[in-house]
Amino acid sequence: MQIPGVEGFMYPNEVELQWSVLIVLYPFITGLVAGAFILASLERVFRVEAVKPTYRLALLTALAFLLVAPLPLQLHLGHPERSIEMYLTPHRSSAMAMFGFVYLWYLMGVLLLEIWLDYRRDMVLKAQSSRGILQLIYRVLTLGSNNISERALRIDERLSYFITLIGIPSAFLLHGYVGFIFGSVKANPWWSSPLMPVVFLFSAMVSGIAAVMLLYVFTTRMRGRTIDMRCLDTIAQYLLYAFIIDFSLEMIDLIQRIYEADESFRSLDFMVHTRLWTSQVIIQIILGTVTPIALLGLMQIIKLGEVARKRVYILAGFLTLMGIFAMRWNVVIGGQLFSKSFLGYTTYKMGFATREGLLPAIGLMILPFAILWVLVKLLPPWPELVRSHISVASAAHGTD
Amino acid sequence: MYKDIEHLVRLAAVMLIVLAAFVILRTAIVPKSFGQYGHFRGAAIAEIAAKPIVHAGHHACETCHTDIVDKKRTGKHVVVACEACHGALANHADDPSIQPAKLDTAVLCARCHEANSAKPKWFPQVATADHSGGLACDTCHQPHTPKIEAEKTAAAGGKP
Amino acid sequence: MDTTRRRLIMLLPAAAVAWKYVLAGTPEEAPNYEMTEHWWAMLIDVTKCIGCGSCVRACAQENDVPEGYFRTWIERYHVSDWKIERPDVESPDGGKEGFPANEVGDGKYFFIPKMCNHCADSPCTQVCPVGATFVTPDGVVLVDKTYCVGCRYCIQACPYGCRFLNPKTNTADKCTLCYHRITKGLTTACCEVCPTGARQLADLKNPKDPIHEFLKTHTVQVLKPQMATGAKVFYNGMDGSVR
Repeated sequence: MQIPGVEGFMYPNEVELQWSVLIVLYPFITGLVAGAFILASLERVFRVEAVKPTYRLALLTALAFLLVAPLPLQLHLGHPERSIEMYLTPHRSSAMAMFGFVYLWYLMGVLLLEIWLDYRRDMVLKAQSSRGILQLIYRVLTLGSNNISERALRIDERLSYFITLIGIPSAFLLHGYVGFIFGSVKANPWWSSPLMPVVFLFSAMVSGIAAVMLLYVFTTRMRGRTIDMRCLDTIAQYLLYAFIIDFSLEMIDLIQRIYEADESFRSLDFMVHTRLWTSQVIIQIILGTVTPIALLGLMQIIKLGEVARKRVYILAGFLTLMGIFAMRWNVVIGGQLFSKSFLGYTTYKMGFATREGLLPAIGLMILPFAILWVLVKLLPPWPELVRSHISVASAAHGTD
Repeated sequence: MYKDIEHLVRLAAVMLIVLAAFVILRTAIVPKSFGQYGHFRGAAIAEIAAKPIVHAGHHACETCHTDIVDKKRTGKHVVVACEACHGALANHADDPSIQPAKLDTAVLCARCHEANSAKPKWFPQVATADHSGGLACDTCHQPHTPKIEAEKTAAAGGKP
Repeated sequence: MDTTRRRLIMLLPAAAVAWKYVLAGTPEEAPNYEMTEHWWAMLIDVTKCIGCGSCVRACAQENDVPEGYFRTWIERYHVSDWKIERPDVESPDGGKEGFPANEVGDGKYFFIPKMCNHCADSPCTQVCPVGATFVTPDGVVLVDKTYCVGCRYCIQACPYGCRFLNPKTNTADKCTLCYHRITKGLTTACCEVCPTGARQLADLKNPKDPIHEFLKTHTVQVLKPQMATGAKVFYNGMDGSVR
């Protein structure tokens, strides 16, 4: 009796996949958040002045995506109305439960605080200059306080620097934790690996940096301004560095697996050669990793003109995002395509207009841009409007 | 001096209010029996244990059907529980007016006794097509004591 | 017939008493059941399994298991020759209607019933984010279906594939070791109907439990011991090819 879509033997309860495309979306989105924040912190903490034009945009991008991140999970749960239980009675041995608090900490304690401190002066000014409902919004955002004296702003600056400092390991923790949620499952040899949190983290940085880079290019063009090429070149450079580390880690994992060839290897190897060939080898590795690395690496060696460089970066950026999405797909879906008996394979039947289908997935990917649009209108991040805070920061560090 | 950090004090106040709200919410919502035996709702154990029973268990059957018990004792099926063939009958044990379903021996007996290479060699199994030429099993065998009379007598030493 | 009827009428009160015992209430209320006095396990004797599927059907009936999902199932193995790492395995509808007759090839054939192993160091319990699945003080892994959020992490974490998402309750579901029966002195539905005694419930805290002696005198295994789950379903006569 052959079950449609099943090849070989699967335990009867394994035939249907448990985690759908929505669970692929979730690490992709949180990855963008972590990566965008790291890019922002490059300027703040590591004084990479060149990427300053993207500082506020990176923060708002991180926020827009972080707000959407819980939504695929809610759509996936059998009882979303009970999801508050994860905060009320978290099981401390569960990576998923503890992640709820990591997420909350990052949202409240890092990102929102960072954005609030950085934008406070603008919010106060806007609260004074706008009318009607907008004025109410800005007043609420300022918490009713309107002190923007030099001293107050310097205090904000110091606090903000400190928050970013904590924010970097927090961002690492945010996405490393998602990797750990998979990497700690001993029952699944495709997932179980100490490298998983690290691989997830670096691929997150890659995707986040690429996303902010593309957003910067397109929003600048839409606003009719000139792109700061020094900024763009620097972002592309950091993208390349992160990519090289990410690729090396993934290759180490692969080579180790092939060499050790444990009991799961034959089954996994067959799966990669058949069901995952297109998504893993073609899309993730060749098009999504090797090609962008080659393109970006080439830009370091050959000096092309501005227009050509921009085009190459845009292409590399899109390929990167596609590749990192494919990586999430291959981990989540790939990990469920083979049987834990190592004797068979099943197929993922993605619905379209179902609760966990393609349509809601597309909707959830568009939503962060809609939110970003609102954020950008409320709190414009454009470089020409940003008061230089490098000087303020250095003043805060120097003698007072 | 205070004026310069006033906004931060307001922020801290907001955070404290949210935290307090969370603690109150927790006290209100978390079920009372949670943590009684471990990190779970203790009352769940009793709820799960209170599920209605569907199979009565052979002891319940044997309390009433003593004649069948006697018959089974003479044959190999003495080890087979009543509900293995007759299906779940707690409802019948509770209210004997509820009649158990009629059984189809062609399907029922074959499940155990149809020859299969994976069945252990000591287990009695036949290829029904060759064995009975398609006749229903209960044509010759009485399920409560399956060995056919003639064989039984021969085994006992010839006396009918 | 008259005698039988008279007998039946006389026995009705006895039946009523027996039934009352069967329906005795919750473990806290039932006078006899104390959780800390028991440590439940199961013995599966592979040499006795005939793959009739009675256990799968009985479990589905007893526990209202939805069609297409399995709290217990049977696998038929075919190991040809020395190829112990590459057996042919099948489980048509979990073995619910038994197995179709098959042609005999070379090598050995046998049945393996599978179920939740009620692990002492249960990985599914470890990963549950809310505390909806848990190990009882008497060693049974259960799911609180009013608390489960349906995240499916436990299903991913089980190395044995014994969990599923129940489409009626939208919560995780699996074998409960017929907790509602064993706390009332009955055995599990699958053990009740097994015609050969291949499945037997065991209470490892009961010194008089015959399975104790069996475990001491026979070569037994658990599934996937390398996972260190503390599995409590012991298999007698299990071949090394079993996954």
